[in-house]
Amino acid sequence: MSLPELKNRPCGGRYGDVVQSIGNTPLVELKRLSPKPGVRIWAKLESRNPTGSVKDRVARAMIEDAEEKGAIVPGQTILEPTSGNTGISLAMICAYKGYGVKVVMPDNVTPERTQLLKMYGAEIVYSDGTKGSNGAVELALEMAAADARYYMPYQYGNAANPLAHYNGTAVEILEELDDVAAFVAGLGTGGTLMGNGRRLKEAFGDNVKIVAAEPMQGEPVQGLRSLDDGFIPPIIDLALLDRKIFVTNGDAITWTRKLLDEEGIFAGVSSGAIARVAVRIAGELDEGNVVFIVADDGWKYLSSGLYTLPPDQIQNLESTLWW
Amino acid sequence: MATIKIPPVLRASVGGEREVSADGERVGEVLRALAEAHPATATQLFGPDGELNRYVNVYLNDEDVRVLDGLDTVVGAGDVLVILPAMAGGR
Repeated sequence: MSLPELKNRPCGGRYGDVVQSIGNTPLVELKRLSPKPGVRIWAKLESRNPTGSVKDRVARAMIEDAEEKGAIVPGQTILEPTSGNTGISLAMICAYKGYGVKVVMPDNVTPERTQLLKMYGAEIVYSDGTKGSNGAVELALEMAAADARYYMPYQYGNAANPLAHYNGTAVEILEELDDVAAFVAGLGTGGTLMGNGRRLKEAFGDNVKIVAAEPMQGEPVQGLRSLDDGFIPPIIDLALLDRKIFVTNGDAITWTRKLLDEEGIFAGVSSGAIARVAVRIAGELDEGNVVFIVADDGWKYLSSGLYTLPPDQIQNLESTLWW
Repeated sequence: MATIKIPPVLRASVGGEREVSADGERVGEVLRALAEAHPATATQLFGPDGELNRYVNVYLNDEDVRVLDGLDTVVGAGDVLVILPAMAGGR
């Protein structure tokens, strides 16, 4: 049975350029993953943004915020720590707008990210992969402090990051659904959860549960010297979360495959983890809509073989920084 | 008796073990029992105020106890506490 077509933007909208076309992503029901008839699971396909990830929204919001504040001028170099997607989004947007981009990225991400960044003209500085994203943040902060010519949007502490969701993703969800029982997204910088969480709590109060799915970092990427090298993104407010659940790399990959095999959704590894948590939360409800974020598409994970190989044959399962 | 999974960064403080067991009916009691048995973990697990070190995440099975009832979260028989360092994510 097909659903009525979206009335608000039946063709996805008409835009003046590719940067303006970010957002307005489809909301797709996943009937086969729903554990019971009264609970409907909806995937917000952020993978349908121009570079294939939710980070297009964040990168655009941070760059336009900097432009409005007069913090950047064309020709200036934008510097950002990222494990890939934010860098790819910044690179696309800045290439179009005329800014240079340098990204600091762990050296154990999938190789497609390097190609995508180079494709959009970004320069890459690799950080120690055993320190995970913490290492990229540390190195980028050092570089920014040493050279005032860089402008660092700093997604972990930039209010424009959650605002991109408060004013964008959440508004689109509210346009399509009259009630939301649970919203599930990945916890990285915290931007998706904070921005959507605030707007949805304003709409539904405590009737909507805000649920974080977070990666259980494999042991090879927990290379901290001490716990004091830990990192908590400044934009995260744990009080907004109702649940926070970790997902192992193995489970995340199993569910990435389930999304593909059962629902035809070709998504990245974090989306598998998020789907796993969304289905669990759906199983705890009697009725209502569960919305989860498909944060990126699967193209940049193809070289890992995760869509075609048996899970036990995937190389570097624990030492790869998947999300 | 709860099982506690120890992250690499804390293993030297527990004689290299990957997991240990400790008694307690609440998360705080289990972690204090751990700190008593392995005193080198005390200052890493707890801040001067007796609360969890802000860079330590403790999970009851797979749920962050800070979003449950914190150190007062009830631990059942057979539960697993997982200690993890706070790491940046976020692509």
